[in-house]
Amino acid sequence: MNALARIATGFVSAVAEAMEELRIHRGRVLLSLVGVAVAVCALATVVGAGAVAEQGVRETSERGGGRAATATFNVNATTPPEPERVDAAWREVLDRYAVAYGTRLSYGEMLVQFTDGAVAVPVQAVDPAYGIIHRVRVSEGVWFGDADAERLAPALVINEAFWDRLGRPPLATHPTVELLGEGGRTAVVVGVTPRNGEWDTEPTAFMLADAYASLPVPGGTGSSMMGSLLPSFEAWIDRNQADPIVEAIRRDFAAALGDGAQVDAFRTDYAAFGDDPLLFVKLLVVGVAVVILLLGALGLVNIALVTVRTRIREIGIRRTFGATAGRVFFAVLMESVVGTFVAGVVGVGAAILLVRSPLMTMVLGGGELEDLPGFPIEAAVIGLGSAVLVGALAGILPAFAAIRVRVIDAIRF
Amino acid sequence: MRLVEAIDVGRTVQIPDADPLTILRGIDLTVEAGERVSIVGRSGSGKSTLLNLLGLIDSPTEGELRILGEDAARLRGARRDRMRGREIGFVFQQFNLLPGRTAIENVQTPLLYAGGASFWRRERIAREMLERVGLGERTAARPERLSGGEQQRVAIARALVRRPRLILADEPTGALDLETGGTVMELIEEVAAETDAALVTITHDPAIARRADRHLRLSEGRLVPLDDPVPAGSAA
Repeated sequence: MNALARIATGFVSAVAEAMEELRIHRGRVLLSLVGVAVAVCALATVVGAGAVAEQGVRETSERGGGRAATATFNVNATTPPEPERVDAAWREVLDRYAVAYGTRLSYGEMLVQFTDGAVAVPVQAVDPAYGIIHRVRVSEGVWFGDADAERLAPALVINEAFWDRLGRPPLATHPTVELLGEGGRTAVVVGVTPRNGEWDTEPTAFMLADAYASLPVPGGTGSSMMGSLLPSFEAWIDRNQADPIVEAIRRDFAAALGDGAQVDAFRTDYAAFGDDPLLFVKLLVVGVAVVILLLGALGLVNIALVTVRTRIREIGIRRTFGATAGRVFFAVLMESVVGTFVAGVVGVGAAILLVRSPLMTMVLGGGELEDLPGFPIEAAVIGLGSAVLVGALAGILPAFAAIRVRVIDAIRF
Repeated sequence: MRLVEAIDVGRTVQIPDADPLTILRGIDLTVEAGERVSIVGRSGSGKSTLLNLLGLIDSPTEGELRILGEDAARLRGARRDRMRGREIGFVFQQFNLLPGRTAIENVQTPLLYAGGASFWRRERIAREMLERVGLGERTAARPERLSGGEQQRVAIARALVRRPRLILADEPTGALDLETGGTVMELIEEVAAETDAALVTITHDPAIARRADRHLRLSEGRLVPLDDPVPAGSAA
């Protein structure tokens, strides 16, 4: 038998011996490992729940500032270029840098005829990609699609307050609203965004940028319209090479607009700011879990040391049958490691059940998670790794105690 | 083949706050393969100490001891442990079965340290050994459910499962009644004969000692030949 096979057999036999010992002493083992399992569960839950909470924070941030990496471009010129020229230049630079998601963005108003009177409703004029970039959720109907650009009656995505003012008509009936002003138009509601907090009580709406640009000046509001003010532009760029691409787009966009035009560019997504908003909480809870883990390890060492003393005669008997000191050391160590590994598996399993439970997802994600992350592999690895490490550390002292006793003394013990 | 060769072996232990205590002195002993040797002596005469020396559990403080041709003084650490496990089988007076394990698990224990095919086939080997000692139907029984004689048979199966060349039995019938003791000794002798193993038995019992080919007596730490271990006029 070659050396490798001998080592493998030695390892397997030591593990088999450890498993047998765990089976024989399962009552004691279970009691001593409860602390470890709880600590591993806490540790893995913290890491796993942190990922869910982080995703919740990320999605909330992305709804405001766009996905990582989103950059906003503003055009400044003493003599504003023609909007058509600006749009063409924007589309060209997006194509050049293979940016799949870009949108125009401007804010304005439209005068809407409700049953109880005309109301000036704030409106965001965007392209369909805005919904992807900002993770716009739609509780009823749909977000804009490319086909909506072809509509004769402009499509609207309204908020809950707007929908309430309309009497919450089913969107399947294609409800319409009258937009007042010179040469007034009729718009079709295609989607409704959910209420965004308690303060979201006034009607607002999204409209496609081209449709908004074609609207007449609303009577009496005096607001500027799309055609008279240049919009902002947003692009969702690969975050790994965001900075050079943003700069390149800014440069090329300005160049395409000609002399006198300046383009400012800046990142608006959360990733541009670097700091992890949950870092402090995560560190705090991980610290608590580590303390629990250390306490569990302390209990494990205590019980293991006492147990080894009660097993000295047994260890002596094993030595008479050929167990070397190294083998006894390894077997006692393995008992601890195998035990804590099993406790780790139980702890990580419990953590997965906890983190994936609907209640936890609701609490951590605020009930608004779009992309629920899977249980992070690193949480399982950290949990199991910690358990094995604790088992090894807790097993070393008893293992030394086991081999310190001379065989002749052990069999007389 | 000479399995044991002791030349002027002595064992002295240090006693705290007292003079050193000499337990064995001037021990000369040879044991050949297949030989059966009995050693009798009073309690405290050093019988178990001698057995521990022969079993590589203890080391002499004087003289030269060779086990299977190897100088015991030079055998250290893992090499000594492995040789003990491979070549020497122990049968204890109190059986020393591992608590909580079944008969077959106890018999498998030495095979955990054997490595190779013996380790992978340990369950089958242990079962065959238990069948050999007449406990084929009790493999799943725990020690506390076995009689004294059955426990000693499990201990014998465990001692012999690796086919050792030297069997050391320390009062193997001490915890058994006369009849069971005789049966157990027959069994040890049979199994030892099958593998041509040498058997060194330490006993108080002259009747057990008489079963050996050669009889020795330990007296005041010295080993002396004994023509007949049964004292004159004894009923044994």
